[in-house]
Amino acid sequence: MDEQKQVILDYVINEYLEEDDDQEIDLDTELISGGIVDSFSMVSLKRFLEKKYAIQIPDADATPEAFDSVNKISALVDRFKNA
Amino acid sequence: MSYSATIREAHRQLLDELEEKGLYKEERYILGPQKADIEVEYPAGAAPAEVINFCANNYLGLSSHPAVIEAAHEGLRSHGYGMSSVRFICGTQDIHRTLEHKLTEFLGTEDTILFPSCMDANAGVFEAVLGPEDVMIADRLVHASIIDGMRLCSAMRDTYKHSDMKHLEQKLEEHQDKRVRLIITDGVFSMDGDLAKMDEIVALAKKYDAMVFSDESHSSGFIGKTGRGVHEHCGVMGEIDIITTTLGKGLGGASGGCVSGRKEIVELCRQKARPYLFSNTVAPVIVSGAIKVLDLISTNTERRDKLEWNTNYWREGLTRLGFDLKPGESPIVPVMLYNAKLAQDVARELYHEGIYVVGFFFPVVPQAAARIRTQLSADHDQEHLDKGLAAFAKIGEKYEILGLGKQEIIERYGK
Repeated sequence: MDEQKQVILDYVINEYLEEDDDQEIDLDTELISGGIVDSFSMVSLKRFLEKKYAIQIPDADATPEAFDSVNKISALVDRFKNA
Repeated sequence: MSYSATIREAHRQLLDELEEKGLYKEERYILGPQKADIEVEYPAGAAPAEVINFCANNYLGLSSHPAVIEAAHEGLRSHGYGMSSVRFICGTQDIHRTLEHKLTEFLGTEDTILFPSCMDANAGVFEAVLGPEDVMIADRLVHASIIDGMRLCSAMRDTYKHSDMKHLEQKLEEHQDKRVRLIITDGVFSMDGDLAKMDEIVALAKKYDAMVFSDESHSSGFIGKTGRGVHEHCGVMGEIDIITTTLGKGLGGASGGCVSGRKEIVELCRQKARPYLFSNTVAPVIVSGAIKVLDLISTNTERRDKLEWNTNYWREGLTRLGFDLKPGESPIVPVMLYNAKLAQDVARELYHEGIYVVGFFFPVVPQAAARIRTQLSADHDQEHLDKGLAAFAKIGEKYEILGLGKQEIIERYGK
């Protein structure tokens, strides 16, 4: 798995899963629409990505759709890294 | 823009989808005052049925208490029906001040300000007190009204895993660069019925220089030895900086809410909170009733004690039958069913057995976490509880869910 995706996956697991949670998450697991991350708690993920990758994600692009899987989040990060 | 046929059709489809997914909520019509025994018309037009209510926030059984009703009548006679004003223009009467003083004393704070509802209190307080240099760190299961209030505030937002003190500590460390850190929690969580670890939260607040907010709506009047709330229960009276609570549950059940806490915070609400500035004052009849409620419970814990007994009896009974309950000690006892349709079907069948409960499902609770949220009242006698347990036993057997845990129920009924 590429390092960026692994970092994002690890963050999602640590930040959003409870210790006794048996939910398994992969790169395509639906995070917001699947109810694992609620849209209100998404803000900390956005802040983590901005700090970790020294990017700015405009609020208009920080949508539940854009954050709905690790793959999608990684694609969003790439978009703003290269902007 | 007019309500065109196209938009009407689109809205109709949204509503039909809710119904297909088993997420459509129906109202029942109660033909009289709120108490343990009620008469209900459901569905609309059906013959009224006498049922036992297990889903009201009428924790202390004061919603239809004769002394409260008489005090409300007296309030109408002495102070009129409506003030036709917001508080700061010409909507403040002497009885508003009296009620605020009584709430301050009851909750053990420095000052209190009334709002038309606790929903309004939560909508207004954060914006009035915090700014962009501050951070709000909320438990992930706080009430919807708190989330709405946080969205209205310019302070940074963050959340911590439900009741997870390690995660909260991590967040407090992370936000040491902010001017104010405000920890936000419910006192009793409305859907799960568990209590916040208020003593641990206060300890962390002291360690990391943070303030504490607690919504005590599901605890005021009956949690703690003298019913002051979760802060009394956890031995931290006087340590919560901002308390919001409602007069629409245990404290009479009519309407109204308040912010109670540090004097300057309450004063900031009085000067800046939008629901306070722009919404009508609490009606005199409500204020008068609420004053009587506080007088009844401030020196007498009989109702609070009976509620505690009822809660223990009910919880032990359901556990013995083999229902999957969320653990807790409040009079909110969720019976976990996980599947939305199952929750609705069981609630409907219980209704036919004379027990009024309602299924809770997404978006009120998370997906695949549907439940029947039973709630106890001091108005329940043991006879009510025994009838309730007998009905739950019968329907639980019919649906073959007794003794099953989460995985087994989901396997049988799906998510």
